[in-house]
Amino acid sequence: MKSIRKFTGRVEFYIGLVFIALCLLIQVRSGQFFTSNNIVDILSALVVPGIFAIGEFMVIVSGGFDVSFPALASLSAFATTKLFLDMNYQGSALVPLLVAIAIGAVLGALNGLFIGYFELPAMIVTLGTSSVFKGFMQGTLDSKQLATIPQGMRDFGTSALFVAKNATSGLTSRMPMTFICFVAVLAVAWFILNRTMFGRGIYAVGGNAVSAHRAGFNVKRTRFFMFIFVGMISALAGMCRTCMMQQMHPTNMLGMEMNIIAGVVLGGTAVVGGSGTLLGCMLGTALIVVVENSMILIGIPTVWKDFFVGALIIIGTGISAMRVYIANKPGANSLRKEAVK
Amino acid sequence: MNALTKFYRKDRHLSRLIVMTVVWLVFMAVTKFDKFYTIANFQTIAGKFPEFGLMSLGAMLCMITGGIDLSSVGVANLTSILMALYMRYRAGESASISGLMIAEVFLLAMLIGCAAGALNGILISKIHIPPILATLGVNQLLTGIALVVTNGKAVSDIPTTFSAVINQKLLKVVPGKRGAMMGLIPVQLLFFIAAAVLVWFLLARTTYGRKLYLMGTSEKVARFSGLKVDRLLIKTYALSGILAALGGMIMLANYNSARSDYGSVYTLQCILIVVLGGVSPTGGKGRISGVMLSIILLSLLEAGINRFPEISSYYITLIWGAVLLLVMVLNYFAEHPITRRAKA
Amino acid sequence: MSEYLLRAVDIVKTFAGVKALQGVSLDIRPGEIHCLAGENGCGKSTLIKVISGVYQPDSGYIEFNGQRYTSITPRESIAMGIQVIYQDFSIFPNLTVMENLAFNTELAAGHKFVNRRRMKEIAREALSKINFNVALDRLVGTLTVAEKQMVAICRALMFDAKLIIMDEPTTALTRKEVSALFEIILKLKAQGIAILFVSHKLNEVFEISERFTIFRSGQLIATGNTQDLDDKKFTYYMTGREFENVKFKPSFEADKPVLTVKNLTVPGAFEDVSFDLAPGQILGITGLLDSGRTELSLALFGLRKTSGGEILMKGQKVEISSPRDAIAAGIGLVPEDRLSEGLFLPQPISDNIVISEIDELAGALSVVDSKRRQAEVDKWVKDLAIATPNPDNACTTLSGGNQQRIVLAKWLACKPDVLILNGPTVGVDIGSKHDIHAILQRLANQGMAVIIISDDLPEILENCSDLLVMRAGLIVARLDPTTTDEALVLQHMM
Repeated sequence: MKSIRKFTGRVEFYIGLVFIALCLLIQVRSGQFFTSNNIVDILSALVVPGIFAIGEFMVIVSGGFDVSFPALASLSAFATTKLFLDMNYQGSALVPLLVAIAIGAVLGALNGLFIGYFELPAMIVTLGTSSVFKGFMQGTLDSKQLATIPQGMRDFGTSALFVAKNATSGLTSRMPMTFICFVAVLAVAWFILNRTMFGRGIYAVGGNAVSAHRAGFNVKRTRFFMFIFVGMISALAGMCRTCMMQQMHPTNMLGMEMNIIAGVVLGGTAVVGGSGTLLGCMLGTALIVVVENSMILIGIPTVWKDFFVGALIIIGTGISAMRVYIANKPGANSLRKEAVK
Repeated sequence: MNALTKFYRKDRHLSRLIVMTVVWLVFMAVTKFDKFYTIANFQTIAGKFPEFGLMSLGAMLCMITGGIDLSSVGVANLTSILMALYMRYRAGESASISGLMIAEVFLLAMLIGCAAGALNGILISKIHIPPILATLGVNQLLTGIALVVTNGKAVSDIPTTFSAVINQKLLKVVPGKRGAMMGLIPVQLLFFIAAAVLVWFLLARTTYGRKLYLMGTSEKVARFSGLKVDRLLIKTYALSGILAALGGMIMLANYNSARSDYGSVYTLQCILIVVLGGVSPTGGKGRISGVMLSIILLSLLEAGINRFPEISSYYITLIWGAVLLLVMVLNYFAEHPITRRAKA
Repeated sequence: MSEYLLRAVDIVKTFAGVKALQGVSLDIRPGEIHCLAGENGCGKSTLIKVISGVYQPDSGYIEFNGQRYTSITPRESIAMGIQVIYQDFSIFPNLTVMENLAFNTELAAGHKFVNRRRMKEIAREALSKINFNVALDRLVGTLTVAEKQMVAICRALMFDAKLIIMDEPTTALTRKEVSALFEIILKLKAQGIAILFVSHKLNEVFEISERFTIFRSGQLIATGNTQDLDDKKFTYYMTGREFENVKFKPSFEADKPVLTVKNLTVPGAFEDVSFDLAPGQILGITGLLDSGRTELSLALFGLRKTSGGEILMKGQKVEISSPRDAIAAGIGLVPEDRLSEGLFLPQPISDNIVISEIDELAGALSVVDSKRRQAEVDKWVKDLAIATPNPDNACTTLSGGNQQRIVLAKWLACKPDVLILNGPTVGVDIGSKHDIHAILQRLANQGMAVIIISDDLPEILENCSDLLVMRAGLIVARLDPTTTDEALVLQHMM
C-alpha cells in the first residue's frame, strides 16, 4: 500500500498517464496508433532524440545544462563521414562508429575540462564550445551536405532488425539496427547511473558538490568523465542519424537541444540537479516525439508541430512546477503535535 | 600610467574587453586598413547589430533577475510576420505607407512584444516554471504560431517605404558619389542607442534598477523586504519582449521580409553576448557598459573577418565561442590565483 | 600512550597577509568533551580545518597520540580517527539515508560498483552505533534537521572515530533535540570517543563540556576546566569587555494599543492568537522551534495566509496579505534567518539599508535622489554604529553583528510603529548582542512597539515588558518578566 502511494506520488507516474492518454486519444481519433508499423515508426524516431536525452539527463542531474551536443554530434559525424568517404572506405560501419565515438570523447573532454577543472557553469561553457564546434565544422572542415555516405554506413542505416507490416493497410515499417545502439546506450547509462560509484557520484555532485567533495568523491574528475561519456554517446547519436538518413546534412541537427532539454525536464528531472530517473527522462522524450510524429495521424497539419510542442512544454512543466510549489509551501504540512507529548 | 592601471583594476572584466577590442582594431588597421576603415563598412555594422543588440539588452535584464530569456527570437519573428502582414493589409494596392502608419506599426509591434514578454513573466512568477523552460516553451509556441500563420513561407512584398525609412542614413554630411551628400548615421543604430540609453537609465538611475539587482541576488530576501517580486519579474520580461519585438522590426526592414526561422542563431548568440559582457548567469550582477562593449567587439570581429575573403565566414562562430571561453578562463584565474587553494 | 589524544601547538595560519591564527594551541584528552568557544571570526573554523587537514598551517605542529606532524592531509586526518561534522552536515538531500551513510566508507574502500547489500549492512551498522531508527530508503531531504544531524553523526562513527568535531551543532535544533543530542554525546564519551564541541552559547558550554578553550581574534585567551568558569568570565574571555546587563524599564507612556491581534489563525501553524501591544512596550514571544512562533511573525508580516481573526493597527482593522501591506500599515520584520531572508549579501550595505524605503527616496520618473539616499545611508550607519569604512562595500565584508544592524536599519528607515524581531541576536557576537539590546530598549523608550521572538530566555527576560509563551500553536501563558524565572517559562514551553 505504501509503495503504491509512493509510486503514484512520483512525476513519472503522471507523465506516464499523460503519455498513455495521448496515445489513446490518437488511437481513438485515427485508429492507427496501436498498429505495428506505427509503433515501429515511433520507436525508430525515438533513437536519436533518445540517445541525446540520455546525455542531457546526466548533465542536468549533475547540476548543469548542455547545449553543445547537437554541434558536437554534427562535427563528429561529419568529420567521420568525410574521412571515410575520402578514404573510399568499403568496410563495415563499425570502424566509422568507433572513430566518431573517439572524436566525441575528445570534444566531450573539452567540455569536461572547462566545466570540471575550471568549475565554470556548464550552460555557458557549452554555449561557447557549441559555437567553436560549429565554427570548426563549417569553417575549417568547410562542411557541405554530403549526398552519399560510405557503403558500410549505408548498409547499417538501412538494415532492419525486423519489418513490421500493418495487416489492414499493408504499410510496412522497418525497425532499424540503430535501435540497438539506443537500447545499448540506455542499458549502459542505467548501469553507470545506478550501479557504479561514478554514477552515484553524478547524483551526489548534483545534490551538493561540497558534500560530495568531503565524502571523498573526486568532483572534478566525475564531471570530466561524465562529459566524455556524454560526448561519446552524442557522437554515436549523430552517426545513427547520418546512417538512417543515408546522407550527412551538417546543420540539420542544430537547434535540437531545446526540445531535448524540454523532454528531459518534462520527465521529472529537477532543473537544479540531483534528482530524476532515466524512466521519466525517456517518457518525457517519448511524449515529445509522439506529439511531433503523430499529428498527421489525427489530421493536424505538421505546421502546427511547434505550436503543440510549445504548449506541451508550458503546460507540462507548469503542472509539475505548481505541484512542487504547493508541496513545498510552508504551512502545508499539518501541525506537528509531537511537541505537546 | 598609474591612472591607467587603476582604471584597469577597477573592473578587470570590462578592461579585458576593451583591450581585446583595441587589439582587434589595431590588427585590422595593420592588415586591412583601407578595406576595414571605411564609412560604408561601419555603416553596415551599425545597421546590422541592432537586430541582436536590442535582443541582448532584454536578455541582459532577464539575466540580472537570475533568469534567462530564450524567447527573443520567437517574439521577434512572430512580431515581424504579423506586422508585415498588417502593413500589406494597410497599404492595400498602393504599396506604400505613410510615416504615421510606420509609427503605428512600431507601436503595435511593441504591444505584441510586451504581451509575449508578460506571458513569460507570468509563467515564471505566478506558475513558478523555471525561466529557462518557460521562455523555451513560449519561444516554441510563438514560433509555432508564426509557422501556422505563414505556413513556413517568407512574408515579403511589404510596402517598400518601410524598409526605405529604416534603412536610410541620417545626418547628410559625407560627400557621396556624384556629388550628392551621403548620410552618416543608419536609422537602425538610432533605435539601438535609444533603447540602450533607456536601459542604462532604468538600471543606473531608477528605483526599478536598484530593485532589479537586489532581487536578482535573492528573490526570498526581496519578498521579505517588501518588494513586489512578481510585478518586477513580469515588467522585466515584458521589457525584454518589447526590445525583442523592436529587434524583429529591424530584421524586417533589413531583409525586407519576415519568416518564422530567421535569426534562429540569435537565441544563443544573445546569451553569449550578455555573459561575455560580464553579466552573472546567477543574477544580481552586470552592467550595460560590458554588454555594449561585447556587442561592439563581436560585431567588429565579424566585420573584420569578412574583410578576409580567403577565410570562411563560418570562422566567426568559432572565434565567438573561443572568445567566450577565453574570457571565462581568464576570470577563473583572476579569481583563483594559483597560489591559493580553494576553500573546502 | 600520551596524556593527550590531540595537541595542536603554536599553529599560525595566514590568509593573504591576514593572520587568522596567531600561534594558538589546543589540547584534547582521550574521551573528553571539550568546548571550543569564541566569537565569529576568532579562528575556530580555521583551526578545525587545520586539524582536519583542509588547511596546511604556516608554522606550528599537530601531535596525535604522541606522534608529531607538521601538516596532515584530509585522508591522514580521517585515518587517525578525526571526523568533522560541519554545520551543514555535508549530506545529500537528494539521496537515500542508506547512500548517505555508506558513501564515505565505500569510497574509502575504493569500491567502484554499487553493492546494495553491502551498503545496507554498512548503513545498518552505522545506525546501530547510536541506536538511531530511520528507514534506510527515505530521502534525506525529507528528514528533520535533528535527524539529518544523526545521519551525519552515524556516518562519522563508521571510521573508528577517536575525535569527533562538531561545528555549532545546536544552531537549528529545538530544545528537546538538543537534549537528545547531548545524550548521544555522553554515550559517545562512554565509548571513549573525544568530542570537540564548537559553540558560542554559554549555557551549552556549561551543560555539556568538561574542559574549554576560548579564542579571540586568532589568539588563545583561556583554557581550563569548565567548572572553574562562570558567566562573567566567559563573556569577558569571549569579548575582552565587561557588560552590565540592563533590565528594560518601559518609560514611554501610552494608553491605547498600537497593535491588536484578535483570534488570529494560520491553519497547521497556530490558532486563536490574541494580544495587545502598546507603544513603548517590548513584547516577548517564546516557545519551542515548532510552537508556531515563527509562523506568527510571518503572518503579521503578510507572508502567511490567515484563515481567521483580525489585525488592528491603532484601532483600525487592516488587511495584511503581503509584506507591502504590512509596511504600509507600519509593521516591520527582522526575519529569523539573516543570511537567506534578511540580507542581499553580495550587494552594497547602502542598498540593503534603503531598499524597503527606496520609493520614498525617488523623485519624478522614479529616479533615485542620490543625495537623499546618501544622507539616509550615512544617518543609519552612524545611528546604529555599523562598522564599515565604506557603505558601498558588500554586506559580506561585515561580521554577523554588523550585518544584523543593517537589517535593523532597513526596517527603522521605514519608520514602523511596530517592529517584530525573530531571533534578533542569533549568530551575533556577545558585544553586538548587548548593543542591539540597547538599541531596542532605546527605540521602545522613544515610542516604538517592539516584539521579540526568541528562545534565548535570558534575552527575553531581560528586554521584555511582557511575555507570551506558545506551545503547539497556542498561547499557553502570559507572564510578567519581572516576576518570572527561566524555569517557570521552560515549564510552560515544554
